[in-house]
Amino acid sequence: MSDKYKLNIDGVEVEVPKAYTLMQACEEVGAEIPRFCYHERLSVAGNCRMCLVEWEGAPKPLASCAQIVGDLRPNRDGSPPVIRTKGAYVEKARNGVMEFLLINHPLDCPICDQGGECDLQDQAVAYGRSDSRYEENKRAVEDKNMGPLVKTIMTRCIQCTRCVRFAAEVAGVEEIGMISRGESAEITTYLEKSLTSELSGNVIDLCPVGALTSKPYAFNARPWELRKTSSIDVMDAMGAAIRIDAKGDAVMRILPETNEEINEEWLSDKSRFVWDGLARQRLDRPYVRRNGKLLPVTWPEALDAVKAALSVGADQIGVVAGDLIEVEQAKAALDFFRGLGVKNTDCRPAGAQYGTSGVREHYLLNPTLMGVEESDALLLIGANPRVEAAVWNARIRKSWLWGNLKVAVIGEAAELTYPYTHLGTSADALAGAAVRDFFRGAKRPMIVVGEAAACRSDGAAILAAALSMAQETGAVSDGWAGFGMLHTAAGRVGALDAGFIPAEGGKATKDILGGALKTVVLLGADEADLSQLGSAQVIYVGSHGDAGAARADIVLPCAAYSEITATYVNTEGRVQMTTRAVQPKGEAREGWAIFRALSGVTGTVLAYDTADELRTLLRGKTGQNTAFSGRGYAPGTKGVPALLAAPPQAVGGLGNAPFGRAIADFYLTNPIARASRTMAECSALAASLDTAVAAE
Amino acid sequence: MALRRFDLEAGGDSFAFKSETEEKIAFWRGKYPADKQRSAVIPLLWLAQKDNNGWLSEPAMREVANRLEMPYIRVYEVATFYTMFRLQPVGKFHVQLCGTTPCQLRGAESLRDVCTKEIGKAMYVTDDQRLSWEEVECLGACVNAPMVQINDDFFEDLTPESLSAILARLRHGAEVTPGPQIDRVNSAPEGGTSVLTDASLFDGSRTRVPVLPNLPRPPEPAPEAAVQPQAASPTITKREEPASKDIKS
Repeated sequence: MSDKYKLNIDGVEVEVPKAYTLMQACEEVGAEIPRFCYHERLSVAGNCRMCLVEWEGAPKPLASCAQIVGDLRPNRDGSPPVIRTKGAYVEKARNGVMEFLLINHPLDCPICDQGGECDLQDQAVAYGRSDSRYEENKRAVEDKNMGPLVKTIMTRCIQCTRCVRFAAEVAGVEEIGMISRGESAEITTYLEKSLTSELSGNVIDLCPVGALTSKPYAFNARPWELRKTSSIDVMDAMGAAIRIDAKGDAVMRILPETNEEINEEWLSDKSRFVWDGLARQRLDRPYVRRNGKLLPVTWPEALDAVKAALSVGADQIGVVAGDLIEVEQAKAALDFFRGLGVKNTDCRPAGAQYGTSGVREHYLLNPTLMGVEESDALLLIGANPRVEAAVWNARIRKSWLWGNLKVAVIGEAAELTYPYTHLGTSADALAGAAVRDFFRGAKRPMIVVGEAAACRSDGAAILAAALSMAQETGAVSDGWAGFGMLHTAAGRVGALDAGFIPAEGGKATKDILGGALKTVVLLGADEADLSQLGSAQVIYVGSHGDAGAARADIVLPCAAYSEITATYVNTEGRVQMTTRAVQPKGEAREGWAIFRALSGVTGTVLAYDTADELRTLLRGKTGQNTAFSGRGYAPGTKGVPALLAAPPQAVGGLGNAPFGRAIADFYLTNPIARASRTMAECSALAASLDTAVAAE
Repeated sequence: MALRRFDLEAGGDSFAFKSETEEKIAFWRGKYPADKQRSAVIPLLWLAQKDNNGWLSEPAMREVANRLEMPYIRVYEVATFYTMFRLQPVGKFHVQLCGTTPCQLRGAESLRDVCTKEIGKAMYVTDDQRLSWEEVECLGACVNAPMVQINDDFFEDLTPESLSAILARLRHGAEVTPGPQIDRVNSAPEGGTSVLTDASLFDGSRTRVPVLPNLPRPPEPAPEAAVQPQAASPTITKREEPASKDIKS
């Protein structure tokens, strides 16, 4: 039996796999099928009935989303079944469905936030009647609380259950359900508790009507008046594809875009709702501390102050790059400070033991984010993807749910939305037999080391042990690079690629911030512990008034990620670029330009005058291959030869201290998020839930 | 159908199954394999409702969810879908009045008036906590319409008077007899059997084959046992019996 099946759709003969749904087959020939409940990434529900098509000879129209092609029998003369997606019959069927859907749907489009981007609105225009025959009372439904992110107007709900399926299948947190039945049916969370999933914002995109809308964005703007810019997210190291919607000078909202290899079409709540942080706590002009107070100054004054602060001698200067640094700034800063002879430069968190081996593959997520779908055994060492890369966690869950992935964890036994084998809490579990047992029989093993494991005294030993285990278990083989690191910061890999590590004999982050140096430069480094700086002069270059700016003696304002066209490298080593959506605030400048200007003041002029010249330098000459040459592609299996080489010799053994958390609070990981009121609300809510759980 | 919500206040914050229920829980859970335990959710909710004075409180629902390791929302969906799970307190005797067509044609509306008069609004619990009522869809006893179900028993062939008497007896703690409340056994005809009463139907005399004159005479057969219907057959009704059951007497 062939697994293909012939159909005649709208007069066109087409052969499709038997397992296709009729809707997929119809789309194969280019027919447009309206739908509400059907969604490519969710299970089929078949309850909105909008996708009706005609099967010649069938007594009733068919819901094409739920009809498997292989179940259609051929005509009596053996010719393929005849399907029609157009014509009076189908039109009447859809017309009727639309009329039923609109019976209880309020006519409040003018005050509805979904207006202008509403599936129901669009399809009512395309397939509905021009008037209503319904004269009875419409039903009204109480609005439900779903937390600080999702606003509900439940009377608008058409019970497509996309949100219910998303929560259960993708987010893996069964919090939304449909209660009661028939006319009383309602979508709600359990007793109206707030959603706790870090992917909850996606139900807003999924909702085909205006029942679930964005609470922070409510009544702020209309979709047609927004300027839409495709860009890259920097809230975690995944580099999800986003669209920044701006009006005038303000970012109004952030939406996901589809990138199958990174975020599919989902976005974490932090990435989606952080935008109000882009308008608060901004550094919009340079400041210099005089008599204990930060006073606004002009750029020339500030640069002169910096020049004075940098005249203490190269070995007395330390530079720490933060989590959100873009490659251009990292490169320009590095070139500038190396030009002064500064060796104390670092872009890693305190105590980090990675990135110095000279092998790029040692700190990339070589198996790639999408690679987890091919993997059959995943070992997470000191990594919690649910908070460190929330969207990737959904992909891991997907592989576990629909594929044959099994997961094991060494580290904190956190709730990950899928079951896993807990092999231990500390590094010495790596040496145990249980790890080898776990990988026995696995064809595509995958080992991922998180920052909680790599940023401790035995970090180097853990990385070496994990890499040698990867080689031993066949995780690194022809066509499969199953060893990688999961980073937490968007700027880290790019800065490492640019060489932002201590030069020979230079100090690392912990020592730079240890109080021994006279001048410390912080490039948006707010996450580091700044309490030990002592009497050091601090120069802060960043976009937000956060911990770094509070301690700084000189503040140089730079643009945030929504305001620059800049390069970021994600945890896979994928080079991507953000796009400027709005102008930088006030007198803030692009990061690289600050160091270019500074180089003019100190007389060590950098070799580039524009961002493009700088990027050309980064990409290398034609034919030359640097870390930044390719754009949009993850190196993946290109790293196999480098990973097959013997792992670097590590000093010391595996410790037995339990791994900590790389991220203490998912919602507050960077200065932009800490400036966001929405994130603060989410964080407070999550904290109150944590205490409630702890109290039980 | 009205909105159904948990009465959170009346539900308190704890619930425990009675110890004698554990055996029944084990019985129902035993029917399903270990990874399909959530299939037992309806029987367990039912047992929880029984152990909670006839209604399902929120802690009781959570207890079921915890036992079956289900997310609360999934159990909540089931509990709110089926209207026989009651989410508000009910009286010691909860009257489910059938209001579907056959009962309605036979006078269910006048029974509703009785309930409203004697008890109050639907789902209202009398001050002595003894009575409450609600209207339900068909309970499958149409042949004995109109009828009500009180806790686990059917009371059929009601008139406003007989329902009123039953409610009065329940209120005062007196015994009531379930079943038809008129001169009738189960679904048998009122007033006794009126057809198939001829005894010759049952003694075999009508089915006797005549002897053919031309055949050789067979040996004399053993006398046939008369076919008698069993005394307890529902088609023969002892007329005294219903009279002794009549609670009006």
